[in-house]
Amino acid sequence: MVIALPVFIESLTMSQTPDLECRAISKSFDDFKAVKDVSFSVPQGTFFSILGPSGCGKTTLLRMIAGFQKPTSGDLLIKGNSVLEVPPNKRPVSMVFQHLALFPMMNIGANVGFGLRQRGVNKTDIKQQVERVLERVGLGGVADRPVASLSGGQKQRVAIARCMVLEPDVLLLDEPLGALDLKLREHMKIELKQLQSEFNTTFVYITHDQSEALVMSDQIAVMNHGVFEQLGTAKELYYEPSTAFVAGFVGEANRFAATVESVNGTDVQMITDQGKALRGVDAGQGVQRGDSVDVFVRPEAVRLSRDVSQTGQLGNGGAGRVENILFNGANSQLILRDQASGAEMNIAMPQTGEFRDLTQGDVIAYGWEPQQTRVYSSARGRHGL
Amino acid sequence: MVGNLSKRGYIAAHGGGMVSDKSKLTFWLLMAPLLIWLVTLIVLPHVGMFLVSMREKIGVREYQTSFANYEVFFNEPLYWNTFARTAYMSITATALTLGIGFPIAYYIAKLTRGRTKTTLFLMCLIPFWVSELVRTFGWMILLRETGVFSNVLQYLGLVSGPVEMLYNDAAIMTGLVYTSMLFMVVPLVTTLDSLDDSLIEAGYDLGASSFAILREIIIPHAMPGIVSGCIVVFMLSLGNYLTPILLGGKDSLWFTGLIYSQFITRFNWELGSAFGFLLLGLSSLIVFVGLKLSRQSLTKTMGQA
Ligand SMILES: Nc1ncnc2c1ncn2[C@@H]1O[C@H](COP(=O)(O)OP(=O)(O)O)[C@@H](O)[C@H]1O
Ligand SMILES: [Mg+2]
Repeated sequence: MVIALPVFIESLTMSQTPDLECRAISKSFDDFKAVKDVSFSVPQGTFFSILGPSGCGKTTLLRMIAGFQKPTSGDLLIKGNSVLEVPPNKRPVSMVFQHLALFPMMNIGANVGFGLRQRGVNKTDIKQQVERVLERVGLGGVADRPVASLSGGQKQRVAIARCMVLEPDVLLLDEPLGALDLKLREHMKIELKQLQSEFNTTFVYITHDQSEALVMSDQIAVMNHGVFEQLGTAKELYYEPSTAFVAGFVGEANRFAATVESVNGTDVQMITDQGKALRGVDAGQGVQRGDSVDVFVRPEAVRLSRDVSQTGQLGNGGAGRVENILFNGANSQLILRDQASGAEMNIAMPQTGEFRDLTQGDVIAYGWEPQQTRVYSSARGRHGL
Repeated sequence: MVGNLSKRGYIAAHGGGMVSDKSKLTFWLLMAPLLIWLVTLIVLPHVGMFLVSMREKIGVREYQTSFANYEVFFNEPLYWNTFARTAYMSITATALTLGIGFPIAYYIAKLTRGRTKTTLFLMCLIPFWVSELVRTFGWMILLRETGVFSNVLQYLGLVSGPVEMLYNDAAIMTGLVYTSMLFMVVPLVTTLDSLDDSLIEAGYDLGASSFAILREIIIPHAMPGIVSGCIVVFMLSLGNYLTPILLGGKDSLWFTGLIYSQFITRFNWELGSAFGFLLLGLSSLIVFVGLKLSRQSLTKTMGQA
């Protein structure tokens, strides 16, 4: 028992060493900072996504992890060891490129076996392992076919198989679904997640498409202008966005510019620039009286009623004229214009069928709770004071 | 026959035929310059030359048709050896041009961007602004006994007396490589340019060394450019006349020199024509063997490069 304890502790700490850890990593191109002091760690077996608009530095970050770019400062650890000095062909990470980068001069089997060949594995073993990994991605028996004979989704799976056959510690994916059409993309989202849990490998996935990130990830980092705005689960990002950027970027939201009238704990009273009184909760940024704020409300948080008394007690709301109905099956939306302030509201159409007969020009009452109203101090700074 | 004719007339009268007739006419008009060029400048002279090469002189203005002129080539070792030497030197020049041109092309295509790339590419073109004759004389000024290199070596004290660097095989080789470089670099830059950088990165990512990437990814991708560059350089070297004569001197033993002397010095047009045809046939054979050895096909190469 006494002897076993240190071993036990060691195995415990071993399993807690994250597969990938970035410490204050930065990258500058001349005097432009593409990535600024980003720190995060990814535990073993996690599907970790980096979500951000294009140009925010995602690819640069991923290429630093893969070793194609050298960080200006900061440290990068894989399984606890710094890999800054390790060239890309020696790093225990593999990358699925944006346009897959399958080798057109080789057949599928040679593509998948490429990495093993470089390691000097003997031919019969390569053949077996290639066949096995192709079967795991659902493409058994295609090894002798040329790459061009595959469909987009199949090429995707070959690209993943080509990396997975090397059993990397971390698999990096740079917007791999970007080139696929919408339907296939929806399908591949689910498939990628399944492949990840099947291989139980750590995935670092970058995308600008929030639905890809929300559906697949265990952890998501939202990136903007080279920094991580927030790191959390899909639910946390969606329901408790910690910055105005995240609130606006992840999911749909109605956004108002307002000025704080009074603050009571986290309860904030505001008046929008269009003159509508609102109540909301401080999203943790400590807004004060007189501050300019941005207010976010999700379209599905807003309730509709034909009877003003029902929505009136919710805290926020009013009466609005139907400007437009964007019918999209279960995701239909209603564009309302508030009659008092003229502000536009985007509201998710309830699926109960109660409002099916609503038409353009109708006037209807709407409202939502202050708890669903998140308040962020605005980049515009303070009014008054 | 009658039925066929009337049917055609019917189609022509009803529009459909009109259109196709018109487009056919356009096609032939567009093709005409090319066809005239091919027929008058290539096919006709060769037919004429072939007929001349098949004439055996048996007396004053008396000829009979035979392969005698071709037999001369195979029976006379000097002719044979000259051809073998020309082919061997041309193959060496091609290999050297490839060896030197590939890194240059790779550098231009993959390691430079924007203006630097254009500038470097144009610099490969600059030698071709002066005529081949002037270019070759330039080399003579550098290499001759009283030339620049000889003087520099003497000045540095590396040699005691003047050195003659002209009139040997190395001088010929230098001239050939220099003359052909552009024709190797251009197709190589074009094919290497089309190689996606992410393929090279993917190679590194999967653990390959630089050498493995060169062998397994870059060269297979560049193969069409390599093959077309080699064909052009080989044919240019084989058919070169000025460079071997000027840099190699009288005894350069180049096959085109042999053809020249048959036509011009000896007035033996029959033998000269036969040599011309042999050059065409044998060089085509060498290219064919080369393609087979590198497992490339001409249509594939020309389609891609
Ligand atoms: N090699 C480079 N040289 C200069 N600027 C670069 C280079 N690579 C990327 N950038 C800049 O860095 C920023 C982030 O790029 P990137 O990481 O590709 O963004 P993303 O992948 O999120 O779209 C962009 O503004 C881009 O112009
Ligand atoms: Mg990118």
